[in-house]
Amino acid sequence: MTPRTATTAPADLSAPTSPPAEPPTWTGQPVRRVEDPAILRGWGTFVGDVAARDATCLYAAFVRSPVAAGRIRSITAPPGVRLITATDLAGVRPIAPELKRPDYVRVEMPVLATDVVRFVGEPVALVLAESAALAEDALDSVAVDIEPTPAVLDAAAAVRPDSPLVHDAAFPGDPNTTVDARLTTPGFDAALQSAATVVELEVSCGRQSAMPMEARASHAAVDRGTGRVTLHTATQMPHVVRTGICDCLDLDEDLFRVVAPDVGGAFGAKMSLAREDVALVFLARRLRRNIAWIETREENFLAAWHSREQRYQLTAAFTEDGVLTALGADIVADVGAYSCYPVTFGVEPLMAFAELPGPYTIAEYSVRSRAVLSNKCPIAPYRGVSRPVQTLATERIMDVAARRLGLDPVTIRQRNLVATFPHTTPTGLVLDQASHQEALVEAARQVDLPGFRERQAAARAEGRWLGIGFSCFAERTGYGTPAFAARSMAITPGYERVNMSMDPSGGVVLRIGASPHGQGLRTSLAQLVADKLGLRPEEIRVVHGDTDATPYGWGSFGSRAMVIAGGASSRAADTLRQRLIDIAADQLECAPEDVDLREGQATVRGTGIGRPIKQLARLAHHNSHLLPAGELPSLEVSATYDPGGTFSNACHVAEVEVDELTGAVQITRFLVVEDAGLLVNPAIVDGQVHGGVVQGIANALYEELLYDDRGILVTTSLMDYLPPTLAETPDIEIIHLASVSDATLTGAKGVGEGGTIGAPAAVLNAVSDALSPLGIELTHLPATPSRVRTAIRTAQARLSSEGALR
Amino acid sequence: MTATVPLRLLVNGERHDISVEPRRTLADALREDCQLTGTHLGCEHGVCGACTVLLDGQPARACLIFAVQCEGVSIRTVEGLSADDENLHPVQQAFWDHHGLQCGFCTPGFLMLAAGTLEEDPERSDEELRDILSSNLCRCTGYQNILAATRAAAAQMRP
Repeated sequence: MTPRTATTAPADLSAPTSPPAEPPTWTGQPVRRVEDPAILRGWGTFVGDVAARDATCLYAAFVRSPVAAGRIRSITAPPGVRLITATDLAGVRPIAPELKRPDYVRVEMPVLATDVVRFVGEPVALVLAESAALAEDALDSVAVDIEPTPAVLDAAAAVRPDSPLVHDAAFPGDPNTTVDARLTTPGFDAALQSAATVVELEVSCGRQSAMPMEARASHAAVDRGTGRVTLHTATQMPHVVRTGICDCLDLDEDLFRVVAPDVGGAFGAKMSLAREDVALVFLARRLRRNIAWIETREENFLAAWHSREQRYQLTAAFTEDGVLTALGADIVADVGAYSCYPVTFGVEPLMAFAELPGPYTIAEYSVRSRAVLSNKCPIAPYRGVSRPVQTLATERIMDVAARRLGLDPVTIRQRNLVATFPHTTPTGLVLDQASHQEALVEAARQVDLPGFRERQAAARAEGRWLGIGFSCFAERTGYGTPAFAARSMAITPGYERVNMSMDPSGGVVLRIGASPHGQGLRTSLAQLVADKLGLRPEEIRVVHGDTDATPYGWGSFGSRAMVIAGGASSRAADTLRQRLIDIAADQLECAPEDVDLREGQATVRGTGIGRPIKQLARLAHHNSHLLPAGELPSLEVSATYDPGGTFSNACHVAEVEVDELTGAVQITRFLVVEDAGLLVNPAIVDGQVHGGVVQGIANALYEELLYDDRGILVTTSLMDYLPPTLAETPDIEIIHLASVSDATLTGAKGVGEGGTIGAPAAVLNAVSDALSPLGIELTHLPATPSRVRTAIRTAQARLSSEGALR
Repeated sequence: MTATVPLRLLVNGERHDISVEPRRTLADALREDCQLTGTHLGCEHGVCGACTVLLDGQPARACLIFAVQCEGVSIRTVEGLSADDENLHPVQQAFWDHHGLQCGFCTPGFLMLAAGTLEEDPERSDEELRDILSSNLCRCTGYQNILAATRAAAAQMRP
């Protein structure tokens, strides 16, 4: 595999028909986004704007449980307050997604809590009022009486036989354990016994919020004539939201429309069905009134899904040369109180189970990975899902082993990264191709490790603590139905479908089932299609996010949109291209192979003869009797794409300086050498990397959702939960390797999550490297100043007492 | 709490005669009473800065000020940033050219912060720009291109 530059066109792998021979005009260019002008002028349409423009709508506000576990005695409100409780929602089905696995325990999430509450922030009722302010007033007047019961707040205690149960369910194994996946390869024990050294390590991660700038928001509008409801909602998967709500309400899907307008960021947190939305649609139908719900930031922290609370007990066997021969892991994910729809609370532990070996040639693997319930907010996917913590695990192991074996962090990784492809992992995943070694070597060259060691030594002599940290990972991307089917999901996502049509004026409309929320997919897809059709990107209008206007699809998540929706768009464009070429060849009396589409013209190659594409479009619609025999009078095509998936990869490097007194960490350099295949729009790709890395830095140093010992969330505002500002953000350097995957139609591999995956481990490795003279190995995310300072103080006390003993 | 008072706001050079409860924030009055929905609400407790508008040229959090406090004040929102529908303000143009936005929810706040700052003093140092732009939160861009765009706009706006 040879890394290619960003501007290299991929081999056209798909094209059933004549591909453009020349290099693409638009693909690979940092085209300015078509999405931007409206937003820059304040003319976007977010869900809150839909509500603000609707003077007639009611506002809902949700009454939320103030206790972690308990039985509802009563919910009352003064006369005049329109209070809705579970009783009013009789007949509405609970949300209960499933995995078809014997160890999966199905639990039900009622739309409003019925008799039991299971986490602080769980909706127990709602009030309706004529304005948002009046709804908040009404909320203050509601009295909730709940009898507290023992809460489950710690995963280690939750699995003990005497633990209270979060759900009164039949657990086949330990209490509160809803997924328990195990695998041990046959040679694992022998590899462990013959190891030169065994690294044992526990790594863990606190709870993190995806924290999109726009909290959740929904507006249900009812057509009085038909009773049909349109739900505008901030979601990543409008079609799946429609299915989920219709299943809860026993409604035919054609009687309900979901629209995702401009969505103010999501990062996974808007891909699970919200119980609040089910209530809204039910009540809009029942009351024949429009109803809006605009989530507050506090509610978003309390109830809009958490992520990442995981603990890994790790055992890693190395040879003297630093080859990692066997990896053991006992993984516990605290998944909160309910299962998110559609991917379920198996998403984190099962991803960790399958993908922990990552980019390394680990021959023997033993893993147990569990989902354990607790009386906390449910977890759901967030950018990277398990992989930031998985990568923390493998990358901390590499550095701890390197120190023990006297190797440098680059050498030990070089000896373990997969270099021969295809490579099959111990869990049967096939790494089709990647540039793991190349990315590491390039990163090491860029940062000049020997030079850094000299600067580090000089700084230490001055009492300053500098450190460097590497982080390598493989990110599974762009996977379709086969990969989801392997997870045994009752609802199996995967494919994407598109419809493409050219109108009589020559304009192209591309309707996609995927549903972007800020990534610029309208621009990137338009670039791909423009090249196929010989048009300009602004002549391709991409329509998304409306179940009435787009084919059924799964949405945008899992670094998949460019790969899968891009592949389907590419296929559709190939077909439409061939239709146009056939019509042009007939008109121009030449062979189809001789026709090229370029700059709005269908021309006979090597001649000046041609026809404007607009003229062909007009002819196809209005003079269809002139079409070649057998051609139908339309320019509409559809295509589906459902790939098996591939892997992006990267090496991140962080350089830090640690303040001994305060424990504060300053990141002085951050480098990403990444390989996500073909770059359709390099500016957009860089933007994805930038944003991902900063969310990863947040995970490494700042952000943590904290519960107190009664299960009350104490980080409910942006005064307590601390996303980085520009002041905490380093300059981010990016190098693209852009090796093109044969596993995708476009050659793009998917880039949405990588930044978030690699950064936490790079930062923690750098901090641990800085503090290595004190023997400190940090293992918990986030490494807040107080944690770092405590580690320094503890180590200094230990060293001084050892010195005193000597 | 539902008694309303008449109020005249001057927004983007236009008069808006509205009637609001005294407790109504400027952000809500702009969005609902003036129907200017470009000003966004990200936290409603003054941290994220998505609701930043200019009050007599100074950046301010529209979620932390009551509408009734703004009578007689010249209010500028993202809708009033460019002179007309054909052209963009240099800050808007720079954000477009430098990919300074992704989902766009925080963007109006950053645009008003940058525009207010640079219209007051386009000669701000890089350190000052970093410091000022740290007033607001963005979750998508990692700030890299927001800083690049603001630097470019500053270069454009210098005399």
